[in-house]
Amino acid sequence: MSDSLPVQALSAMHAAEWRPGLDDPVPHGEVFASSREASGAAVALAFALDRMRLAQDGVDQRPWLWVQDAGARRLTGRPYRPGLPRAFRHRLIHVSAKTPEDALFALEEGLRCRDLAFVIGEIAGNPRALGLTASRRLGLAVERHGVPLWLIRLDAKHDLGSARLRWDVEAEPSPRPRWNAEAPGIASWRAELFRARRHPPGKWILRDDGSSLTAAVRGAPDHGDMVHPAGAGPLAAG
Amino acid sequence: MAIWFTRLALDRWRLAEGLREGEGADAAPLALIAETAHGPRIAAVNRAGLAAGVRSGAMLADSRALCPSLAVVPADESGDCVFLEGLALWAQRWGPWSTMDLPNGLFVDVTGAAHLFGGEAELIADAGAALARRRLAARIAVAPTAGAAWALSHYGPDASILSSRDDPLRSLADLPVAALRIDDATILLLRRLGLKRLGELGGVGRDALARRFRKLGMPQANPLVRLDQLLGRVSEPLLPVFAAQAPLAQRILAEPVRHRELLDRVVADLAADMARLLEAGGQGARRLELGMWKVDGEVAMRHVEPAAPTRDAAHVFRLFAEKLGDIDAGFGIEAMRLRASWTEPLALTQGDIETAAEDRGTSLAACIDRLAVRLGAEAVRCPDPCASYIPERAQRWQPPLAPQPASQEELAFHARPLKLLDRPEQIAVIYESPDGLPRRFRWRGAVHDVARSEGPERIAPEWWRERSTVRLRDYYRVEDQEGRRYWIYRAGLVGDGRGGEPAWFLQGLNG
Repeated sequence: MSDSLPVQALSAMHAAEWRPGLDDPVPHGEVFASSREASGAAVALAFALDRMRLAQDGVDQRPWLWVQDAGARRLTGRPYRPGLPRAFRHRLIHVSAKTPEDALFALEEGLRCRDLAFVIGEIAGNPRALGLTASRRLGLAVERHGVPLWLIRLDAKHDLGSARLRWDVEAEPSPRPRWNAEAPGIASWRAELFRARRHPPGKWILRDDGSSLTAAVRGAPDHGDMVHPAGAGPLAAG
Repeated sequence: MAIWFTRLALDRWRLAEGLREGEGADAAPLALIAETAHGPRIAAVNRAGLAAGVRSGAMLADSRALCPSLAVVPADESGDCVFLEGLALWAQRWGPWSTMDLPNGLFVDVTGAAHLFGGEAELIADAGAALARRRLAARIAVAPTAGAAWALSHYGPDASILSSRDDPLRSLADLPVAALRIDDATILLLRRLGLKRLGELGGVGRDALARRFRKLGMPQANPLVRLDQLLGRVSEPLLPVFAAQAPLAQRILAEPVRHRELLDRVVADLAADMARLLEAGGQGARRLELGMWKVDGEVAMRHVEPAAPTRDAAHVFRLFAEKLGDIDAGFGIEAMRLRASWTEPLALTQGDIETAAEDRGTSLAACIDRLAVRLGAEAVRCPDPCASYIPERAQRWQPPLAPQPASQEELAFHARPLKLLDRPEQIAVIYESPDGLPRRFRWRGAVHDVARSEGPERIAPEWWRERSTVRLRDYYRVEDQEGRRYWIYRAGLVGDGRGGEPAWFLQGLNG
């Protein structure tokens, strides 16, 4: 199938390589991360923050929803208001669901609400309830109601999913701060975009420097996987 | 205007029996009795009973000795109170505002309303005639203050009027001290002091009286407070009675309902009825109660409390539909009633929100309601800042849509983690020196080499809240070889006298 792909299409794909700010109009992302770190939630918040900064029509002051199931709460804890980005602190509505089914219900209700700026979900593992159908339902709700969704998957295998952008994220040693070289610096993440509808996969080092989200290329994209997404629909395996 | 129903309990009994005064059972001696700890006691007695020597307040056994033919009927104090409440609402025909004066009186505020009846004398005549038509014996008085009106109605001449130009102390000087609305013990005390009339209270030095009654804070025990209220020197707040009707929708079912689909349809009908009722009143429901009467005599109640006033029938139906799953219909449900026991004003808006929800999404309040109904109200929460510098206490989980409390801005130079574990987890740490930087730690079965760290940030225990043995915490922000960032602390210092070796805990995860 990849042999029949026209050269123009390939080059167009290269031109549309992902960079911060080049999201879908309404992003629907899935972030896979380890439960030993909070990188997944941090990257999702960084995406949301970047999207808010780039928004043309003023600063969005609507509340946002953070849904966690019991496993996610136990493994990585609850959001902590003083540590949240300053622009988001006062607007958080937190939903602590017991089961993944309840968490998916809460996510869908949140996506149907026009008064929410965005929705973040956090689900541990690969529960049976979060199959392709549930993922597709969420995707349809995102498209229909225009509320962005970032779903964080803790310790999960790359199962079937219909998210537009699927990321694999882990922590990266931070740059040394200028004034205290021995202290941890600004947070950095090694992010791999392994499945996207419009962009070729790639690996970046993401970093939020306080004014925008920056992405530095870390090594060349893996061309072995490159040809694959040409035929990849939203339902394809990740 | 004060109205005193001199024989309220008896009049009510007569009305209930449909008798006129002195007719039928009322012609013979009769008493209403109340059960007390020492046996039945006379609460009220009719005219024939009075003539036979029966007095209210006496024991029934003693009265029987005086008048063997005395008939007794149990008194109904709570019924009298409800009756009086109805009368208070009815009495608002003479003034905009009325209140009950338990056990047998009413106050009606007729300020600026007397001219509608042609003057205060005509107002009293009108009220007297209306009460006589209802066959209620009453004494009525009008005065500038509630206290003065009460005194005149109970102890003054009938239908007396005290105008605001009169000096109340002079006009009321001849009334007994009981006209001050004070309790029996105080009346007795005043009588022992030789003070029997209101005018005599003015003759004694106020300081002396104030010293004598200085320990009695309650107004009904302190004649000076009551006197000041009577003269209008001290304001006397009274709680008015208002008529409030809870919107109610009901369906009596021809055939008992046993299946969920039919039940849902009835609930949807009730919700639509309720929406119409609420819309007519410009109100939204904050609490709705659904009662289901079953054929076998049992009642099932379900209630919902929306986060914001609502009258959207589809929304109300959805809220109840979540709660109807565990209803046991038994032999069937024969009647259903929906009642909005708490309503709030809600301006009229454009209707058909459910279609709008499909097109433009739901509102935040509707979204939170749906989440709270399915997951429980405890599950949907907002973090609010709280004045404490212990990290886990610095945020409190509050219901959403509640007003955010005023708080001090957080200090910007404190780096805090993105997420906090519900309970700090103990870790094993290798360090350079007991109070130095950590070098390596083991958490959840894996070893992390600390590449970089910053700290300590020392947070002392809040001694005004905690026991004296609680240890201080030294917080470190650490980053391991792979860049994972944590927030760990050492509880205590070596040799601080509050336990042995300090333990290390991991409390937060940094993004």
